[in-house]
Amino acid sequence: MFDLTGKNALVTGASGGIGADIARALHAQGASVGLSGTRTEPLEALAAELGERAYVLPCNLSDMEAVKALPKQAAEAMGSVDILVNNAGITRDNLFMRMSDDEWQSVLDVNLTATFQLCKGVMRGMMKARWGRIVNISSIVGATGNPGQANYAASKAGLIGMSKSLAYEVASRGITVNAVAPGFIATAMTDKLTDDQKTGIMGQIPAGRMGTPDEIASAVVYLASSESAYITGATLHVNGGMAML
Amino acid sequence: MSDVADRVKKIVVEHLGVEEDKVVENASFIDDLGADSLDTVELVMAFEEEFGIEIPDDAAENIQTFGDAVKFISEAS
Repeated sequence: MFDLTGKNALVTGASGGIGADIARALHAQGASVGLSGTRTEPLEALAAELGERAYVLPCNLSDMEAVKALPKQAAEAMGSVDILVNNAGITRDNLFMRMSDDEWQSVLDVNLTATFQLCKGVMRGMMKARWGRIVNISSIVGATGNPGQANYAASKAGLIGMSKSLAYEVASRGITVNAVAPGFIATAMTDKLTDDQKTGIMGQIPAGRMGTPDEIASAVVYLASSESAYITGATLHVNGGMAML
Repeated sequence: MSDVADRVKKIVVEHLGVEEDKVVENASFIDDLGADSLDTVELVMAFEEEFGIEIPDDAAENIQTFGDAVKFISEAS
């Protein structure tokens, strides 16, 4: 089950905690992985750890020209892009009343517009191959909202609407487009929370703990596999029961 | 019939699974040949590859019939 041998996967944000585990999990199932991210060093380290079938493809997702070039670079390095995991995302939290135009726009650009461009860039190859998997990493806050994160929540909700629309259009071509919406996952991002904040969050999670990056990666592997062919336009919530949607 | 028309016809027949004699000058991909809007995008992709040309989106929108395709490609290649 879930064998990805011979498939080529492009993962954005592979330098981060969740992205790195997604790349590891896809690689462990036999896929070749294109590791994209802004910081080259962690990408190189991950590629060294994975050994064969790993390609470093640095890209700054706020640079739209670089974003447009990425699918082509990935296809040149690996031969094709069969699986695209749009995992990269940024936050620039602020109260809505204080949120600047730049805080709004930069988050929408990286989280939503770059994802649009990357989906567009890989679509031609997937259409021709009559097979493709796109997994967009959304967030629980895209469904529930979160104070201080109007920009981030909007971008993550936007990803879901975009995924569903694209899923409609390309379903007949053997391409699925799904979203994974993590809840609270232990990463560098959540390390910054104070103990009080963490205790408050735990009280809202029926599972009684934060999730781990590999638990997101497992969901991605499933949606990237041939076994999930009949699932498209779905959002898989991985949140320990924090929001049962 | 020109070489371009033959090659375009071959792509249309293969992609849409229609009879060759249905692919006439004024045959509309969508209204007469059963294509959906995504098929028209794929046809344009196939034309681009066959003829080594780039068909911009606004030009692609105007390629509605077999004749339109042959005319555009003949002028572009």
